[in-house]
Amino acid sequence: MSLKYMTPASKFKRYLPKDYVELVDYGPFGKDYSEVGVKNMGTFKELVEEHPMCSGCWMAYYIKIIFASLPNPEDTVTIGTAGCGRLAISQAAVPFIYGNYGDQNAIASGLTRAFRQRFPDRQKDVITIAGDGGMMDIGFSMTMHAWFRREKFTTIMLDNEVYGNTGGQESGMSVEGAVLKMSPKGKNFGKMPATQLAITAGCVYVVKMSPTNINKASKAIRRAIFAARKLGPTFIHAYTSCNIEYSIPTPDVFRDAKEKEKGRFAFEEYMTPEAKELFATIESKKKREVS
Amino acid sequence: MANLGPAHYSPYPVAYYDDLLTPPKGKALLLTEIVDEEVAMGEIAKMMLTRDNATIFPGPQVLYAWNDEAKKKATLIKEMAEVLNAKMIPMYDYRPKYPKIDAEVEINPNHPNLTIWHNDIKACIFVGVHCHYANVALKMIRSETDCYTAAICGLSGHEDAMATIRDQHAEEMAKFIEIAKEVKKELGK
Repeated sequence: MSLKYMTPASKFKRYLPKDYVELVDYGPFGKDYSEVGVKNMGTFKELVEEHPMCSGCWMAYYIKIIFASLPNPEDTVTIGTAGCGRLAISQAAVPFIYGNYGDQNAIASGLTRAFRQRFPDRQKDVITIAGDGGMMDIGFSMTMHAWFRREKFTTIMLDNEVYGNTGGQESGMSVEGAVLKMSPKGKNFGKMPATQLAITAGCVYVVKMSPTNINKASKAIRRAIFAARKLGPTFIHAYTSCNIEYSIPTPDVFRDAKEKEKGRFAFEEYMTPEAKELFATIESKKKREVS
Repeated sequence: MANLGPAHYSPYPVAYYDDLLTPPKGKALLLTEIVDEEVAMGEIAKMMLTRDNATIFPGPQVLYAWNDEAKKKATLIKEMAEVLNAKMIPMYDYRPKYPKIDAEVEINPNHPNLTIWHNDIKACIFVGVHCHYANVALKMIRSETDCYTAAICGLSGHEDAMATIRDQHAEEMAKFIEIAKEVKKELGK
């Protein structure tokens, strides 16, 4: 996509649904992050608004943050797979590719390479967004191999610690002892060390977090995208609870996320020296521009 | 016989079942017959002018101002709608939409029959829709509705439309508009 592909021909603008026209006129396309970033959510037309997720879904909230953080939405493609997340991701005004059975990182590898061949003069961002099952269980080999190959795209894992979409089976990311609807005896091994695996496999920027602070969450997403453009694979492991399968009352979802932030989802950020240097350059440049 | 729908469900696309192929270069397909382009243009115009709630479905290739040709086509299609007294409902996004589309103002290739049913459309033109999505949508419309479908295609045409003209660019569209004006005059519309 590019801006030209979403600007309606003047003759047709009045025939397009109001939602679409508002997206073109008041959406984030072609605008600066300071104008349409997470800080200003609610004041511009967001890329994802309506979605069919459950009431109180923390994953839907985080997905909104992801889309509000994109540095270049008109040149971004997202890839997902089976799971709750794709129900909202596919509703966003950004091209979405549905990967079968966890092959999102394999598709992203090919797509990233194809974009670099096809558009050598334009920066295209590819982001895979999938759940813990799609990323660490079913799509594990494709996720790992994309990282080993140093593919330059961003991987975001929406970890709700359960197969929420299919009725509550344990996943590799469920905690030890977790008793779920479809695993009544409790899980008998612990969470997979996803961030450790990412670092070992060669990711240049890795973050684990419970996204309770939208600015912090957005900063991590943007850093991951910037580093993936130039340096190599990046990975964000975000806690996005399933309030249905873990029976978290809707008003307590945020409190639960805060609690997890003090525990197994305490903020962790890893970056290579090259990534550190890159962020210093980008962020100091922004500060200079603002001042 | 390939004809107006509803053709109902079939293990094969109806056109394929009826041995229909896209028309050869310079020709057009009108139901089961290969005819001259001008003949098909006249027939499409007649159907659009005489059947209820005639509608043009412009697709992304003409909806968006992504090159000069697209802008030129947009202007011509707007004129075409005026000549044919047709409504305009865009097919602006191919992705399935949850929970459902607003059939009043949009058409989606994954369930185009909803828009046809909702607006009681009896004749339509597909233009600027990428071929693979036009094929899917046209098959469904023929299966489910009695809408007369016409496809104005920049490539090789669509056998699942009741009328299809191929290799259509700005010049050919202008020719179609002229023919439509004549038909309109003849019909006294």
